[in-house]
Amino acid sequence: MLAVRAAFVVATFFNLAGIIAYLILWRLLPLAEPALPAGLESASRRGLRSGRGRIGPIEVMQTVAVCAIGVGVLILLQATGRGISGSLLLPVLVGLLGVAVIWRQLDDVAWQRWMRQTSGWAFTARIAAGLVMVALASAFVLTQERGLSGVVDVASATGIALVGIALILGPWITKLLSDLTAERRERVRSQERADVAAHLHDSVLQTLALLQKNADDPAAVATLARRQERDLRAWLYGDEADHGDSLLAALRTAAAEVEEAHHVTVEVVGVGDATLDSDVAALARAAREAMVNAAKHAQVGRVDVYAECDGRTAEVFVRDRGVGFDPGQVADDRLGLRGSIVGRVERHGGTVTIRSAPGEGTEVRMSLPLNSSQEAPA
Amino acid sequence: MSAAKSRLRVVLVDDHAMFRTGVRAELERGDGVEVVAEAEDVDTAVAAITEHRPDVVLLDVHMPGGGGLEVLRRLQQLGSQTTFLALSVSDAAEDVIGVIRAGARGYVTKNISGPELIDALGRVAGGDAVFSPRLAGFVLDAFAGTIEIAQVDEDLDRLTEREREVMRLIARGYAYKEVAKELFISIKTVETHVSSVLRKLQLSSRHELTRWANDRRLI
Repeated sequence: MLAVRAAFVVATFFNLAGIIAYLILWRLLPLAEPALPAGLESASRRGLRSGRGRIGPIEVMQTVAVCAIGVGVLILLQATGRGISGSLLLPVLVGLLGVAVIWRQLDDVAWQRWMRQTSGWAFTARIAAGLVMVALASAFVLTQERGLSGVVDVASATGIALVGIALILGPWITKLLSDLTAERRERVRSQERADVAAHLHDSVLQTLALLQKNADDPAAVATLARRQERDLRAWLYGDEADHGDSLLAALRTAAAEVEEAHHVTVEVVGVGDATLDSDVAALARAAREAMVNAAKHAQVGRVDVYAECDGRTAEVFVRDRGVGFDPGQVADDRLGLRGSIVGRVERHGGTVTIRSAPGEGTEVRMSLPLNSSQEAPA
Repeated sequence: MSAAKSRLRVVLVDDHAMFRTGVRAELERGDGVEVVAEAEDVDTAVAAITEHRPDVVLLDVHMPGGGGLEVLRRLQQLGSQTTFLALSVSDAAEDVIGVIRAGARGYVTKNISGPELIDALGRVAGGDAVFSPRLAGFVLDAFAGTIEIAQVDEDLDRLTEREREVMRLIARGYAYKEVAKELFISIKTVETHVSSVLRKLQLSSRHELTRWANDRRLI
């Protein structure tokens, strides 16, 4: 963004092209709206969330700094006598500033109202302003002496004339553009509606049917409801939509499977994430095994899983508040703990610590150094 | 903490009437909590809170009129000192952190059990923060790339090593007293660390709040 701003300021030295280009682009480019998961987007649209501000402090600072440099260079140019003639510079600068301020103040709605009208006082005023500008520009050109110094003036005059013409033709152009956008958006929206309907049918309706069938089995009902909640939540709030092949996605899938098979709640909390290479996949499988162990043996309804990746190490903690056991007493033939958890992680260069005591619950801590190529997507 | 207050006065703010009824029934099952009013959107919430001056407001994150954040903003403008506990079904980190940063003293999800909720209400009323594992995860995520934030705002410093440790343990599912035992510190010290994390999240200026959240997209 900084580079773009700098480019605009530099371009401004060439007959103020930068400012004009900036204003035109600002008008024509749609406001960037970050794509949100379905649930959040709907909540935003219905006003269930608070609006967001427009620009952050860093952006403001950058713009001010870049503009200050621009003004400095401009002054320098003027001082060496190679810039725009003094009599012209001030009015042009003031004029552009005025136009910029007015344009900036108009929010989208006001702008639409003002620019879309093809009748009424706004229309007349706009046409009049446009005509005056074109006339001014023509008069400007006609009264100027021809010569080398006239080049700048001619360019300025052309600029003013263009603005005038744009004011006259603006409404039709913007209308055409926004109609096109609206039509495209409508098409996308109807497709989305079809997707929503399909999704509800596949997930919620099926679950509701299953719930009715299993109404006399509380454990099954809880599991079904929990699975549906997880599914809907992921879909609405994009919990895992973005990372297909990541540690967190793998852990969440594992948690869902364990929940379903053993009727416990497995809560997965993640900070950072890592791509699922063979080492990380092994870590995820070991974590799954730890969840299964906790679900089977701890005799509690809840297992907490926490994963943290900082780009160098991936750590996973699987914890329950269950009956616990004495790690020293585990028989060598207990494959789950030795082979599937400790052995698996150690083969991939990681470490496992198991903390448990009878009556104190169990925590399995797994740590795995990540390959240097691994980044930590936030 | 909850023992200090004889009966906790709570205002329930949520746009789903069915959910309000359920929560109200659960809260009033014991005799520690009294629901003095219910509200279903931002306007009624502000009116009810100003009128009843409850000990704690149980505040939904998403609701008509701008969400929980808007309620917090308006009451702040009115100079209210009410305590808020955010309650939500949405797990959107940016909304949850937004509400916390605007002044809520904790965050719980809607599938919390009745006794747990009463306990959480008592804790925030007593001045403590209620951090669920999920919220602790969000907070760690929020502070993970802190370099830019530290430049912008001195208040929003990095977490200290100890605060990070406490947050990580909470994210791992440790209760406060388990955290205390693990780190060989008192529960009071754990609460101090959590409150200090909360303070670091809540900047003094309301404008900085939205900007900060904006810059970081995720939050």
